[in-house]
Formats: sequence, C-alpha cells, structure tokens
Amino acid sequence: MNPVANNSRSWQPDDTDREDLLRELRRCLAADSVLSDPEALAPYECDGLSVYRRLPLAVVLPETVEQVQAIMRLCARLKVPVVARGAGTGLSGGALPLADGVLLSLAKFTRVLEINPLERWARVEPGVRNIVISESVAEHGLYYAPDPSSQIACSIGGNVAENSGGVHCLKYGLTVHNILALGIITAEGEYLRIGGLAPNNPGYDLLALFTGSEGMLGIIVDVTVKLLPKPEYAQVLLAGFPSLGAAGTAVGRIIAEGIIPAGLEMMDNAATRAAEDFIHAGYPVDAAAILLCELDGVEAEVTAQTDKVRGILEGCGADHLQTAIDEAERMRLWAGRKAAFPAVGRISPDYYCMDGTIPRRHLAVVLEKISRLAEEYSLPVVNVFHAGDGNLHPLILFDANREGELAQAEALGGQILEVCVEMGGTITGEHGVGIEKLNQMCVQFPEPELRQFHAVKAAFDADGLLNPGKAVPTLHRCAEFGAMHIHHGKLPFPELERF
Amino acid sequence: MMSDTDTLSALQQQVREAFESTSPLAITGSGSKSFLGVPGKGTPLSTSDHCGVVSYEPEELVLTARAGTPLDELEMLLTEKRQMLAFEPPRFGRGATLGGTIACGLSGPRAPYCGTARDFVLGTRILNGRGEYLRFGGEVMKNVAGYDVSRLMTGAFGTLGVLMEISLKVLPVPECELTLILDASASEAIDRMNRWAGLPIPLSATCHTDEQLYLRLSGPEAAVAEARKRIGGDNMEEGKSDFWAALREHTPGFFNGPESLWRISLPSATPPLPLSGEWLTEWGGAQRWLRSDEDSSRICETIAKNGGHTLRFRAGAKAPEAGPPRLSGPLLALHRRLKQAFDPAGILNPGRLFPES
Repeated sequence: MNPVANNSRSWQPDDTDREDLLRELRRCLAADSVLSDPEALAPYECDGLSVYRRLPLAVVLPETVEQVQAIMRLCARLKVPVVARGAGTGLSGGALPLADGVLLSLAKFTRVLEINPLERWARVEPGVRNIVISESVAEHGLYYAPDPSSQIACSIGGNVAENSGGVHCLKYGLTVHNILALGIITAEGEYLRIGGLAPNNPGYDLLALFTGSEGMLGIIVDVTVKLLPKPEYAQVLLAGFPSLGAAGTAVGRIIAEGIIPAGLEMMDNAATRAAEDFIHAGYPVDAAAILLCELDGVEAEVTAQTDKVRGILEGCGADHLQTAIDEAERMRLWAGRKAAFPAVGRISPDYYCMDGTIPRRHLAVVLEKISRLAEEYSLPVVNVFHAGDGNLHPLILFDANREGELAQAEALGGQILEVCVEMGGTITGEHGVGIEKLNQMCVQFPEPELRQFHAVKAAFDADGLLNPGKAVPTLHRCAEFGAMHIHHGKLPFPELERF
Repeated sequence: MMSDTDTLSALQQQVREAFESTSPLAITGSGSKSFLGVPGKGTPLSTSDHCGVVSYEPEELVLTARAGTPLDELEMLLTEKRQMLAFEPPRFGRGATLGGTIACGLSGPRAPYCGTARDFVLGTRILNGRGEYLRFGGEVMKNVAGYDVSRLMTGAFGTLGVLMEISLKVLPVPECELTLILDASASEAIDRMNRWAGLPIPLSATCHTDEQLYLRLSGPEAAVAEARKRIGGDNMEEGKSDFWAALREHTPGFFNGPESLWRISLPSATPPLPLSGEWLTEWGGAQRWLRSDEDSSRICETIAKNGGHTLRFRAGAKAPEAGPPRLSGPLLALHRRLKQAFDPAGILNPGRLFPES
C-alpha cells in the first residue's frame, strides 16, 4: 500500500471542462457568488504571504452549509481541487489558489450562532473575526482567549486551520486548547460533527487532529469556542537588559519561580528602536533587549506577583525597569509590541517574517547563529520573540525590487528555520507550513513520518482534493531538496562551509 | 532510585514480526486500567520496561519520559521542583505508567479548569503498526509543523501506535490551595459550579456528592483569599486535603458498589437527570458518575437526548456484558480509515476502542 499514490488527481481541464465546471457551480449557488473574471479573482490571488500569487479557475462564495456541501460533491465528482480561504491573513501561503482549482471563500459565514454564558461557549460561523467573538460576549464578562496579532481581521475558521496562538498563549493556550467542537464538510461533501459540548468524546481526538491541519482534511463550517472569564486586572512591566542572554535568563527565572505570566514578550535592539520610532511607547532604545511581562488576575494577586517579578528582573541585571502607572500606559507599552511588524515595515521596503520555535534555554545561541547567517547573506534581521513559549519571529529585511533579494531572503529564512530544528525546536510555531516551509518540513521530518502524514490525509481525502500541495511535502520534493541535506539539520559533511 | 532502561529495539522487533505475520498484539503497561473498554486480545507487548526520564527542564516547563515510567516516579521528580502534571491523572492501581495514562487519556479533578491529558501532550515517539519508530510534535509549547499526531495518540488506547516516549507540558504547583464545603442540592450545585466558573475565581476542582458541594481554589495566596471571601462556606479540615486525590482514584465509598459504574459526560449546566441510582457530579457539572443497575440502553438514550454520552466505566455484578457501541456511521468509518493509516495489518490492540470491522 502506498498512500501517496492515492493522492494523484485526474483533473486536467480543457476550456470546455472549465466552462462546464463554472456552469455547474452556478447551479450550486447564486450566479454572483461564483467569480471567474480575472479582475474579480485578483483579490484572491494570495493571502498574507504576498510573494506567492496565483489566480484560481473560480472563486466561490457560498452562504449556507448546504451550498458548501453541493460544491464539495461537485468537485469530488469531477476531481477538482479545492482551497478553503478565511480572511486571507495567513502568513504561510496556505490559502494560495491552484490554477485549475476552486477557491472556496468562507467570507459570508459571519454569524454568531449561539452564545451560552452559563456554560461559557459560543458557536460561530467560520468567517467570524476573532475579535468579534470577544466583543459579542463581553457583556457577560467573558472573552475568547487566543489573540493572534491579526485578531481584528483574521477569522476563527482560519485560526482553527492554523492552530493560531497570540501573545497570551503561554497562560491561556493555543486555538486547540480553546475550542470544543467543529462542524466540517468532508471532501465528499458529508457533514461531520467532531468534538462536542460534553467532555470525553468517544473515539479518537479528531478535534486535535483537525486543528492546525491547514485545510487538508475538511472544510470548517462551524466552530464552538470556549469562553473564559475576563481577568479583573492586568499589569505590565517593561525591562531593558544590557544583553539578550540576560533577558533570556530572566524569562527562565520567572517561570522557574512558579509564575506563568499572561504575556511575556522580548524584542531585540533593532525591533525596539523601530517600534519606538513608530509608536513612542517609551522603550529604552539603548537596551540590547527589552522584555514586556504582563500579569493578570485579581488586583491583590497581580500586585504581589508584580513585586516578585520586579525582584527577578533586577536580579537578572535589568538596567531599565518600569511598571505601567495606569491603564493608558499599559496600553501604550503593548502598542509598541503589537505594532512591531508595521514598525519594521517603515524601515525596510519589505520584510519576511519567520516563525520558528526553540527550547528557550538556547535563545542566546540561536540569536547568535541568526546574526551570523544575516551577515553571510548581507540582510539585516530584526527579532521579535514570544519569549514565554519560545516562539521566535525573526524579520528579514530586504527589497523585493532589487534583483535576487527575495530569493536571498527566502534562503536565509530557510537556514534560520533549520537552526531551530537543529536546536531541538520546530520550523513553525503558529503560522503554519502552507506553501512556504515545505522544504523545511523535509528537514524536520524523515521520510517515514512524512509518509504517515500522507496516510492520515488519505484517510480523510482519498483523492487528495483538499488544498493539495500544501503543509506536507511530497517525498519526491524532499528527495530533491535532500540532495543538500539530511534529516534533523545535520549536513552530510558538517565541517564544510556552505553559503 | 529511578528506573532507566531502553527496550526500543526489542519492542520494535516484536511489532515488526507481528506486522509480518499479521498477529495481534495486546499492549500493556502495568495493567492498572485494563478494566476499561473492551479487553485486549493478542500476544502481550509490555512497555513497562521501557522506562526512565529522558529530559526534564523545569524552566521550560517540559518533561520527556519513556512510556513505562511510573507516574509516581514522575510526580516525585516534579514535586522536587514544585511542579506538577496539571491534569491530575488517575492511577487506578499500583505502578500506573505514563504510557498507559496517555493511551487511556484519563484526567482528574483539575481537568475542566486547567486542561485534560491531551492539552499537555507536546510530542510523542511511537511505533506504528509497521514497526516504524516515528517522532511527532516535540518539546516546545508551540508547534504546528505537520498534523497533530501526538494529541491524536492521547486516548487512542494504543490502537494507532505503541507509545514509546512522551513529552508533556508541566505547570508550577499553585502557591496556595484551599477546599471549601457548602450545603447544596444537586441542581443548586450545578448552577453554582457554572456561575462561579464564569467569574475570575481561581477554581481548580468541583464536586457534588451527598448534598454537599466541594470547591477547590488554587493560586497565589491573595487570589485564593479573595475568592474565599466571595464564595463563603466552610474550610475543609487540614489533613483532609487528600479528598481530591481519593476522588481521582475512585477510592471513596461512592465508587465501590455492586452496581455498574457509568461515566456520564454532559454539557456542564444540564440539570440533574431522572435516572435511578447514586450520583456524583464533578468537573463543573460536565462529568458525572452514576452507580446504577438501570438498563444500559435507557441510560444511554437519556444521556444522548441531553447532548451527552456515556461510558460504562466498571461493569456491575448483574451486567457483565459489554456496553453499547459508542461510534457509528461516517464517524466510525473515518475511525477505521485512520486506524488503517497507522496500522494497516490491524495488529495494535484490535477492537480495544471500537469494532474495527
């Protein structure tokens, strides 16, 4: 049995096939919900990773679950590949269309279906924006915890597909920890409900398997999220350190003391300067690194923990230490961090955001390696770091208008991710593999693991119609890429220099 | 002295041979949870000698250990660093192993407030049904490379792979813990558990039995003190704090009757249900235990009508036969295909979790 072979497709349409498909799609839903003019398709040519662009054969905008089912049944019959798309804010090209495929947008699924404040859950359609969930339940003193930095724009369906995180996930978890149930449409157009409001669901944990599966296993049509009580009070500390190593040590010490901060973020000097120039948050621009540490809970608890954390930060050599005096200052201190990416956008024509995760204790070594690689490639790198959970976002600065610089930036990014794997980490903490990190998947996973992933995919989607070509590389691709590499980042001849 | 042996090559050999000869294997650890579900059939494959802590980084909140490592050893190690397995896994017997704990996916009283077993699984190394030694996930908190096979293994009863190594997120032991007792009927208790869970109160366990509601508060001293004022009730006597460990292990008298013991999972605010027998409610109302001789199909239908599901946890003297099937239709078909994907020869704990054909 070779599960990979099952993924072969037979849809190689000529013009008549394309016309037939469009006609049949228009039978499934209103004519103005099927787009095929190049001009109408253009907004869908890429997601948040705009260096990859492609027009699909058609974009469909269903409004009901039945319409999604009809589209999937049609595409299953004709063996047409389907790429699902939420708000299009993804950063790994997961929603990049296929040239002869259908792009299925869930943008019209924007209803909050049901809120149960007593049991603390909400059932929403996949196109509901992340922030809208918290806004809709605020009157009950509740909120939805995962808060990716794109939360005003990104949709919950996309959050599930990518298992999105955010700045609060050390304490409150990722998407997978904060959802209860999903309604999905399978590749054959069948509705399946997985998970549920009651715990201990019978059978396999399909909810976990589905979360972060990047649109490869089914189309999400409803999401039931857990709601948490809003903390009464939050406080933030800002610390500046003379070295990255000292800041890293402070992070470890806080956690070893038994404190789980609501947020724990680090920025290097370049990121701090860029953010300060943009937002004027009051950051110490001479610090080698800054730490933002947020504590939440009841006021007495937060006050006690704030004192404890202050002591730790001082003990680790912080030479700038500040506690927000009021809510306005707290918001300002966070605003700098939250605007770090656009701030970097002001100092460079383009930037490329990486997303590796490492065991935190290796932070200083990894940053050192990154800076050496940056020198080799002559491209500056700015580091923003979810320090609490080891998720690193190096931003590679480049100019796409300069010939070859994008390719250089991508090559440097690939090398950075390989460093993360080498140090016992992973190539992606929260942005997903998409189209972007397929080569690095070959570094992180040996062939048997990749074959197992393909077999999982085939159990849901025997014909390989859902988002084919994303998330898990073919063995063939890895064999080609592997001409340079062997697994786990160890090169065949480690003593040789490579550029 | 911690045990530390690596029997990977012998186990791998055994699985490969079983794959070649299509002969079923019954995976065992200490056997503490063998009473759960359908009994295993096949040649025993014991992982209990594959044991030892591979790495423990308290500052990273990550621990990795081999499947046969006894939970008690892990907890001793964690306690030294004032950390814990926050899902409070039940042992149900001497020598319970980490592998069995994750394979069964059981969690204790803290689960509804902190997360269940699967929420703490970061990575696994497994032998699939071909005897391939595979690694999924890792030792970091955030990792979205590839499908989340590690969490899929949690609660799969070894039907998708033999768990060999598991990496877990651990948490600090709370600075302060306190249990309060209030008089309450079942319906009052269910209502209060749900209302208080919606307030910023550091609840870490809830239980209603014998007209009394037990609430555990965990956290920094200031937070616990403030919540204590808000809730009222009486403090549980010092020294009785093993109430929750006893509940976790099913040692209170409630769990030991001649009737069948049903685990009933429901949306948390579901009112008390009209099924005869003895009830104990925990997990904020979402997990309830019923000791009853009532007809199993009546129990299952009543619970299903209320949006929940049941598992006959321990068979009573009068009803030794297996409980009703828990999966059907397209969902069962999908389970079978997934099983196939990991274990094409169907040799790993066949039928342990659901009928495979």
